[in-house]
Amino acid sequence: MDLSAAPAPIVALAGAGRSFGAVRALAGVDLSIAPGECLGLVGHNGAGKSTLVNLVTGALAPSEGSVRHAAGDPRASGVRWVAQELSLAPNLTVAENLILTQRDLRGLGWRNPARARIRAALDRVFPDHGLDADATVADLTLAQRQMAEIAMAFAEGGPDPRLVILDEPTSSLDASRAGQLLEHVRRFRDGGGAIVFISHILGEVFAVATRIVVMRDGRIVDDRPAGGFTRSGLVEAMGHVVRGGDRTERRNDKGPEVVATAEGLRAHAGEVVGLAGLAGHGQAEALARLFLARTSAWRGRGPVPVAFVAGDRARDGVLPLWSIARNLSLAGLSLLTRAGLVDRGAEGALARDWRGRIGIRTDDVDRPILSLSGGNQQKVLFARALATEAPIVLMDDPMRGVDVGTKAEVYDMIRAEAARGRTFLWYSTEAEEMTLCDRAYVFRNGRIAAELAGAEITEERLLAASFEMGEVPG
Amino acid sequence: MSGLVRPWSWAFAAAGLTYAATVALTGVQGAPGLLVATLTFASFSVLVGLGQMAVITLGPGNVDLSIPAVMTLAGTLSLKLMDGAAGTEAWGLLAALGIGLGAGAANYALILLLRIPPIIATLSASFMFQSLAVWSNRGLRIKPPDTLATFSTGATLGMPNLAWIALLAAAVFWVLIERSAYGRRLSAIGQNARAARLAGVPVEGVRAATYLLSAVMAALAGFWLACFSGGAALNMGAEYLLMSIAVVVIGGSSIAGGNSNVPGIWGAAMFMFLIVSMLNSYGLGAGVRLILTGAVIIAIVAAASGRRAAA
Repeated sequence: MDLSAAPAPIVALAGAGRSFGAVRALAGVDLSIAPGECLGLVGHNGAGKSTLVNLVTGALAPSEGSVRHAAGDPRASGVRWVAQELSLAPNLTVAENLILTQRDLRGLGWRNPARARIRAALDRVFPDHGLDADATVADLTLAQRQMAEIAMAFAEGGPDPRLVILDEPTSSLDASRAGQLLEHVRRFRDGGGAIVFISHILGEVFAVATRIVVMRDGRIVDDRPAGGFTRSGLVEAMGHVVRGGDRTERRNDKGPEVVATAEGLRAHAGEVVGLAGLAGHGQAEALARLFLARTSAWRGRGPVPVAFVAGDRARDGVLPLWSIARNLSLAGLSLLTRAGLVDRGAEGALARDWRGRIGIRTDDVDRPILSLSGGNQQKVLFARALATEAPIVLMDDPMRGVDVGTKAEVYDMIRAEAARGRTFLWYSTEAEEMTLCDRAYVFRNGRIAAELAGAEITEERLLAASFEMGEVPG
Repeated sequence: MSGLVRPWSWAFAAAGLTYAATVALTGVQGAPGLLVATLTFASFSVLVGLGQMAVITLGPGNVDLSIPAVMTLAGTLSLKLMDGAAGTEAWGLLAALGIGLGAGAANYALILLLRIPPIIATLSASFMFQSLAVWSNRGLRIKPPDTLATFSTGATLGMPNLAWIALLAAAVFWVLIERSAYGRRLSAIGQNARAARLAGVPVEGVRAATYLLSAVMAALAGFWLACFSGGAALNMGAEYLLMSIAVVVIGGSSIAGGNSNVPGIWGAAMFMFLIVSMLNSYGLGAGVRLILTGAVIIAIVAAASGRRAAA
């Protein structure tokens, strides 16, 4: 037997890319995954990891290049996928869920082989799991659901698994279960299976990966055997190290403290405070909680204490039936109301004033808000918040889908308003925006994991704080 | 929205066509009488329809099903209080409005405190209101004071007095919906309650005011209906459940919320009366009449929603 001959890859991508409209989520990816390999896949939010996984599983077709599977299609090649958002059917039992992915379970007696397969897989991956194959998924805890889903991916049958993709598989598991999983990943790999392992806990990646692929801006920027990386080198490879030296002068004279929450979020008057970290680690929730606590659901009179700029425009911001002017005036409506009636002359003047100040590209503020591009709709939402004269402005990742020119304009406006004494709390997943802040809190798993101030706010420091650097569980 | 064709013009066009079709059969000599009857009976639908419109504008899931029971309760209790005596008219009206406020507060308390969906909350509350009406009424038929009976069946400047009241109510609602901060916030909540709350809209305050408003309008309608028909009856509100919703939808308000239409309520209310009287004058039985009325409502709602989907 010739040991030097590389085994045939289970999946091979050649020049593969994928675009969504004008956005290129993935470009020019050459990657093959062979049996016996465990590929650690790391990178920022939005680096293209999910798109790559979707190409490998066949959930998306490449818009350029090719994706080839060993046995023709992903299912026949034994490609299995445990998604980050758990995807079991809650009304079925653990065993019954197996029929959704294993098509060879058919006929009247399909439940018996399903039960046998899932029990065997659970025993292998998570010894002493204490999980009943006939338990309804809805009755399981989050950790048990994650265990069941992982076991399903490793279960024999319909065809047997050869490449298992694990996307943040330990996010709901405690240390000992995570250790069992890592142990099984190593066994599976050594037995000739292939794994793609995605985790923000770098210790786990180093514990199982034979090879680490680093993604950034939709491309693979580094691809080496795991031994070729150090932890700090890996963090550096994930982020841009470039940083403009044009940081505007910061206020050293702190105003009075205007925000202090139980979770440790503090802000002084005139400060721009960043909420950093990976997406979905509790930043948006912290802002929403703060907003709801400071505003009344009952009274709508008097000065506005705090204003909110939504990033998810359709869900949290835009009122689609209305004109630009009406959308813009809503948050500060109490300032335009005389004896219960809206002063429409003042409203129009306010809208035209902000059209000029923030550069909303329209010839008539009475046009429907939906006639504007996304970036201009976002400007309306900014104007809505700033026009309230609220001393505190909360921003929930407000630059999503906003072009570079608009961003620069808005950054300047935020700086100018802060200099006038307004306080900004700004959540963004883009590290570049966080470097514009006076101070930044890094969120991880719903809690504040680190606080950086002034020149400490660098992309590397933010990334390092966003990822758990240390302890390998188990 | 620009141009001559307004969303409410369809309801008025339908009302006009139905009026013409009825007059064509019954002859011109019946035309003025038909108009007076239409204006009078449409008034009750307008009063309850305005309140229902505000509730429906709050967005999906919001509807006030307690309107018939509130009408009955306000009608019976206020007539019992006045007991047909002269000089008690103002007290009777105030009592009816107070009952409306109480009923609206009860509705909203159920929605807020027990977190019951509005459709269930207002339906279960209406059983309580109806039971209260039964308990207080005990089959008595009390006549309204003569002044109120005369006023509610009379006319001023050729138009029925009740139509003047409904017209005034519609004007007040138009200002409220189109010009006031309340109306703005109501529409914002109906379009996207979450976005509205995050823009600082006092969502709970507006919702509470809206359910109070709807109940007060129902109580007002119940008071005048009892005076007009010479006494309250326990089933007097029954037909106004479907009616209140139908006039909102036919009048051009969005059933999905966020967009209300005050003039359309008047057009739709007249149309709803005229369609029944037209089928009546064509000599159709009660069963056929009901079926055709239902079919017409379905056809109009389907046509209206199709138009919106195409737009």
